[in-house]
Amino acid sequence: MATTTNSAKVTLPTDTQILITREFDAPRHLVWKAYTTPDLIARWWGGSHGKVTSAEVDLRVGGTWRYVLAANEGFEVAFHGEYQEISAPDRLVNTEIYEGAPEGVGVVTTTLTEAGGRTTLTQLCEYGTREVRDAVIDSGMEGGMQESMDALEQVAVSLR
Amino acid sequence: MARAATTTDAFNAVAEPRRREILDLLAGGERSVTELVESLGLSQPLVSKHLRVLREVGLVRVRDEGRQRFYRLNAGPLRSIATWLVPFERAMSERFDLMDDVIAELKAQEDDTHGDDDQLGEGHAPD
Repeated sequence: MATTTNSAKVTLPTDTQILITREFDAPRHLVWKAYTTPDLIARWWGGSHGKVTSAEVDLRVGGTWRYVLAANEGFEVAFHGEYQEISAPDRLVNTEIYEGAPEGVGVVTTTLTEAGGRTTLTQLCEYGTREVRDAVIDSGMEGGMQESMDALEQVAVSLR
Repeated sequence: MARAATTTDAFNAVAEPRRREILDLLAGGERSVTELVESLGLSQPLVSKHLRVLREVGLVRVRDEGRQRFYRLNAGPLRSIATWLVPFERAMSERFDLMDDVIAELKAQEDDTHGDDDQLGEGHAPD
């Protein structure tokens, strides 16, 4: 099992963008497959936040996608969007709308580049305003912040 | 997260690409205003304006030496931005860690069915 310890890198190139990069120990066509195949998406998209209950993908320009997550806390989180550009297996452009705040539309450009059997995934997410961009970052607080507080507490306890 | 005005908030101060460029330059060491103007290819008043904003949020420190004014980086206030990104970065990492497992399986399947393009050749197929 390819348990790389690569973590995603997140940067903010401009006021309205988020850039995420992550390397995978696999050729590009496999990363593409995992990224665009519904039953495979269902296995990773939820992260540790919950269980993916639905992943619909109509992978053609103008086609739509919709992912639904049953969050650990009991509520449902759904995202959907439309595919704008598809160039398998190296480039995908799609819109992304969080159904809890549908006024904030993101445009996500995903690029896969392969070198030496490894693939770098970059995701440039562009939002209409900085407020929307910041709300997306803040959404990571939900699960993550609590975990980091827990970790901090553990460290603090170990120092006693 | 609540934000303050441009002049008191590192988030706003680094939102401007030129100001980030200045910080990048200062990351390499102390620079005089003249050096910054040359490196950036901007007018001195514009550079000074950006430096003033950076100074007001505490991202740069200034020192006068004779007629020259030198600036250096004070990265402390940037920590608030890094801290803010940590939970989001972790959430993305968790997602991609699971993707690693899926991909590892795909790889194993592909090795098993080596030469059988009908099964797993999707990525190669011309559209």
